Order: sequence, then C-alpha cells, then structure tokens
Amino acid sequence: MSAQPKTLSPADQLKLADTIPEPRGAEILIEALLHEGVDSIFGYPGGAVLHIYDELWRYRDRITHYLVRHEQGAVHMAEGYARASGRVGVALVTSGPGATNAMTGIANAYMDSTPIVVITGQVPTPLIGTDAFQEVDTVGITRSCVKHNYLVRDVRDLAAIVHEAFHLARTGRPGPIVIDIPKDVSAARTSYSSLKNISFPLVERKWAPEPRALAEAAAAVMKAERPVMYVGGGIVNSGAAEALLAFAEEFQLPVTPTLMGLGGFPSVHPLCLNMLGMHGTYAANMAVAESDLLIAAGVRFDDRVTGKLATFAPHARVIHIDIDPANVGKNRAPEISLIADAREALTALQTEIKKAGQLYVERSVKRRAVWWERIRGWQLEQPLRFTGSGDQIKPQTVIRELHRLTNGDALIATDVGQHQMWAAQFYPFKRSRQWITSGGLGAMGYGVPAAIGAQLVLGDQMVVAVVGDGGFQMTNQELAMAVQYDLPIKVVIMNNGYLGMVRQWQEMFYERAYSEVDLSVSPDFVKLAEAYGAFGVRATRPDELSDVLSAGLSHKGVAVMDIVVTKEENVFPIVPAGGNSRDMIVHSEGV
Amino acid sequence: MRHTLSIVVADQPGELSRIVGLFSARGFNIETLSVGQTNAPEWSRVTVVTRGDDRTIEQIVKQCSRLARVREVLDVTMQPHIEREMALIDVEATAGERRQEVLSLVGVFRAKVVDISQTGMIIEASGNKEKVEAFIELLRPMGIRDITRTGCIAIGRISTVNGAMPVAEEDLAQAVSS
Repeated sequence: MSAQPKTLSPADQLKLADTIPEPRGAEILIEALLHEGVDSIFGYPGGAVLHIYDELWRYRDRITHYLVRHEQGAVHMAEGYARASGRVGVALVTSGPGATNAMTGIANAYMDSTPIVVITGQVPTPLIGTDAFQEVDTVGITRSCVKHNYLVRDVRDLAAIVHEAFHLARTGRPGPIVIDIPKDVSAARTSYSSLKNISFPLVERKWAPEPRALAEAAAAVMKAERPVMYVGGGIVNSGAAEALLAFAEEFQLPVTPTLMGLGGFPSVHPLCLNMLGMHGTYAANMAVAESDLLIAAGVRFDDRVTGKLATFAPHARVIHIDIDPANVGKNRAPEISLIADAREALTALQTEIKKAGQLYVERSVKRRAVWWERIRGWQLEQPLRFTGSGDQIKPQTVIRELHRLTNGDALIATDVGQHQMWAAQFYPFKRSRQWITSGGLGAMGYGVPAAIGAQLVLGDQMVVAVVGDGGFQMTNQELAMAVQYDLPIKVVIMNNGYLGMVRQWQEMFYERAYSEVDLSVSPDFVKLAEAYGAFGVRATRPDELSDVLSAGLSHKGVAVMDIVVTKEENVFPIVPAGGNSRDMIVHSEGV
Repeated sequence: MRHTLSIVVADQPGELSRIVGLFSARGFNIETLSVGQTNAPEWSRVTVVTRGDDRTIEQIVKQCSRLARVREVLDVTMQPHIEREMALIDVEATAGERRQEVLSLVGVFRAKVVDISQTGMIIEASGNKEKVEAFIELLRPMGIRDITRTGCIAIGRISTVNGAMPVAEEDLAQAVSS
C-alpha cells in the first residue's frame, strides 16, 4: 500500500483495488503470523486446513512448516520451542482427530504455563453443528485447558484474533491459545486489517506489587530467622533468574526450586538446596518444614510439592509472589501477597529491603548463621545417593555420566516418570531454559517432541531427550521427523523394561502387585532407531556406559542410546502422596 | 455462606459457557444463574448465586477474573444491593372460595395474575428469594401445577436514608413508598 504513488486519485485507487484480489483468510493468517515474528510451524495437514497449507506452500521461503507424525508431537514441539526460546510456539492441525490428538499438548501447556498458539481447522461454518465429517467442538473441548480460545466466524476478525492470541499467550501468566478456523473462513477474502481493528472488547490487565505489601514483605524477610525461597516455573517464564540470584545472594537466602523451576537458580550454587517436594532433597524438604518464612515466587503450591497441605511449612509465614492472582490463596493462604511479575517483584523487594540500610541487612544475614548450620547438617546427613552396582547400570549413573560428557551444558528434555526424577536430581542445571519437562500434566511422550522443538531453537547445541522405555514408545515416531529435518536430538532411553514409577508405587504401597507394568517386550530400540534413519547404540553393562553415551552424543545426526538399567530401582527420597516431610523415605531399606 | 456474584463479560458466543464450565471444572456450585445485557450492548451481566466459605468465594472471583473476556467480577453480597428474582406459578384455583383465597395472597405479596382459566391461574411474583419462596409455600396447599423461576439478579444501591445507605431492603421499601 505504501508503495503506491500519492498522486493516485480515489477513483483510480478503487480501480486498482479491484484488479488485485483481496487476500483470503489463509493468507491473512500467514501474514499475521509473520507479523508476530513466527518463522516455524509444527503441523499436520488435513481437509479443513487445505487452504492454509496451500498458502504455506506459497510462503515456504518465509515460514518453515515442520511435518510431524502425530498431532500430539506438533504441540509438544511447539512447547519445546517456546520453553527453549521464550517465544510463542505455533502448531497447526486439522479439524476433528487433528484437534483431539492435539489435546494432550494443549492441556500440558496450560498446566505448565507455556505460551503456544494452536491453530485448528474446523468444518465450514454452514456445517458446524451437523456432525459433519471430522467435526468436533474444538472450542468446547479445549475450553477448560486453554487460556483463551476462538472460533473465527468472520474472516474480517481473523487478523485481530491472531494478534490478540499472541498477546494473550505471552503476557501475564503465559498459556496456550486455540484458534479454530472453519474452512470457509480460511477461503473467504477480505483486506488485511491490523491490530487496531479489534472488533471485540479487549480486557487489559496489569499487575504491580503493592507498596504496602512490599514494605511488609521486606520487614518479614529481615526479621526471619529461618527463611527459605521456594521458586518455580514463574522464575523461568518471567526471566527472573538474574533478579533471583541477586536477591538470594544479597540476603544469603536458601533457595529450593520446584521441578518447573529447575535452572531458574544454578543447581550447584552454595545457596541452592535443590528440588523440594515428593522427590526433593532431604535438606530442601526439612528446611521448608522448619522454616519460619517461605518466600514463594512463581509457584502454585502444587500437591507434588506440598504433600499434605495442612502440614506443609507449618511454622512459616508465607510471602507469595505470582503474576496470577488465582494462584495466590488457592491452596495456601499467604500472609503477604505480591501479585506481580516475579522479576519485577523480586527487584522491587530487594530495593525495599535495602532501604533499611546496609548495617541492618548485614545483621540480619549474620543472625541466620545458625539456620545455615542446620541446613548444612541436613545436607551432610542425607545427600542424594544411590547404591552402585558392578554388573548393572544404575539409572542415576547414566544421568551423572551424561552430565559429565556434556559438561553440564546440554539442554535436557524429559518424559515423565522415574527417569525424569533422576534427571531432575542428578543433572545440575546452570541456566534457565536448560530443562524442559512435563510438570503439571505429567504427560508421557513429551520428551522426544519437546527436544525436537528445542533443537530447532538451539541450532547445533546439544539437546538430549531423557526418556523411559514406556514414554518413548508413545511418541517415538517423531524420530522420523527429526531425521527428515536434520534436528539432531540425542535420545537417552533409561530402559528398565517396566513402567518404572508405577512399579515403584506398586512395590511400596501395593504389596508388590506389579499390575500391568511389564514392558519387557518392546522393540529393539537400536534397530528402531536405524529403521528411522537414526543412529542407534546400546549399553547393558556398566563398563559400556561411557563409550556408548560418548558414541551417541558425538554422532552428528539423530542418535538413540538404549541404556539397559537396573530393573527395579526406586526414586528416593520419596514423600508418599498426601504425606509430609516427616513421612519422607530417604532410601530403600536393606539395599 | 450464600454469595451473589455479578460478572460482567463480553456479549459473545461461548462466553457464558466459559463461566459455567469454570464453575463445574473447579467444583464450585451454582445455585441460580441469570444473564442479560448491561447498559452497554457489548457487555452482558451474569449474576450467579453460589455458596462457599470466604476462601472458596475468593477463588471463584479470582478464577472468573482470569477469563480473557471478563471485565469485572463483583461479590455484591458485600455491599448494599437489591436482589430480585421472579416466578411464574401455575396454581389450581377453581371459581369461588379457592380463587378468592389465591387472589388475596396475590394481593398480600403484590404479585400479579397473568393468565386465568376455569380451573387455575398463572401468577407472576417477584421479590427477593425469601419472599418468592414464602409465597410459593403459601400457595402450595392450593395445588401448584407448575413453577418456572428465574435466577437472581442484583444491582448496587443508589439511595440513602438520612444520609446513609439503608441496610435492609425493607427500610428502602418504606422510604420509597412513604
């Protein structure tokens, strides 16, 4: 438009507009995506999105579409992409089964506050509600696990919806947005309208810490004898890692990250107690149990962290920092709440505390020497440990060795289960976004596609998917996609021939009734890798581990390392569900 | 405790089901529900009567506020307000004494007869929940054949009595009628 000479009369302009056909919905969609900075889409075509795929073909030089092998993979890849980059990930699927297959990923992104936009095709508007071929009520079935969703009824709304969707996905508490586009809407033509033409009411929300709450929080931190910082995914999402480090260091506060918060604070830092919760460290759980002040930032008091809520941090006052007001007071009513972005809140709180003067701060830090002594005691008393073995590969050793061979620099994506907990416990993380896992939903099958999405962001940096033999078989078909686009992820399978976590619970809480957890009949994962055109290698003895991992990790392309580990190893410590730190079982008896 | 929540939400397809879905997904209860346009046609008001302790009500308010198209959530229970609901009652009332008795109740409750036949009447009654329920209970012995009730609607007070907001609705009724 801007290229047109200004001398054109209105009548001529009209004539010109007549000769250039207006873009169709599909093109407007792509233009709007480009405007949002999208360069990659993970997707799977189908009837309802044919117009969109037709445009993608025309735009293939400006936007790359990655053809997945299952829609669940597409959404998990978009999540991996979003978590590795901090940008909004995009998935595109067709109507009906395309949308239902995408559900797991959408729910996963909702639980873990991952910013993604999922575009689903829909049957043409006149057919909606007629049980048409490949019709499901996508907006209806995704409603309870999206931040927001749209059914685009009019092509004139499309651009504005896309822009608002991206805005919603990445602002506040991030989350998934679904845009359901009927086939006739992607075919209909109109002029491309910008963000300003939003035709529906937009509710803007801004949160900032309240000055009074800040002052109260500052006083509480300085007065606390036994403070603990309990930090979660909000630290990663808000880019608060630096602010957190500065805050914790200045006041010498112990920090325990949740599963989602790993990497938000350096694992090997002397202030870090490592993960808390069901499989958290003894020191972290004891410190929380004994604390008199819990500074909870970007967390939601999830049951896997708190165990029995009534006995969680029973002596502590709570300062709860979160961007989502609904998270505050949902499970634990805090004494002080700061509804704000974690980075902004921590920085503001640090400034507020320092107002008291350097002397006061130093005195308060000194006063906590006793507290630190107790914490160091717990750390020495019960460090994370496991029993070695001469003839079997211990899963914990695999993670330690992986850490050594990757210099602790690899991005680790995991599935869900025992291997996930071992990776969380034994791979120390240096930075935010180095750790990608399915936390809230606990979706097996997440690891491989999430790693692929992350690999796209990281280029030739090392991305390792640590998976179990169970979860791997839920989405291993995406190896084909990784090979096709040369996204050289390394997959480490902790192969114990069991659904290990379920087996562990059956062993510990169901009198060893191993009901339906036997995975001893699985494909030969090395051959499977080779069948997909990837490199496969296996270790079954401890002396093979190092060489096999090295071979896999140093392979240029996609590699699968099948590591056959101890069959019946348990994750410790464990706080049984609904228990508290007093019920913590630190290691197995007799082993 | 019983709370009346007033939720202002964009008047768009599907927005009501978002709110209702949220209540069921999170295990909140809905006692009554009513929806209508506000003064601005692009916004609707959803009035929900629910029960719960303070923590639960706070959660409901916060969860509803999180919805992208919700502009405002107000717990009107906490402020001077007026609540009304309406009932249409099909009651047996054959000509004669029966009909007279029903009519006298209609008079006492300032209700209205909106339809009539040889054997019965349809009565329109409105008021707060207690009044409507008391009326129905008194009609019940006559033989109620059908009832349709609306959910509760509510609006904040504007009037004052001697410079202060009247506390009970009865005060206001007197103030207005005198």
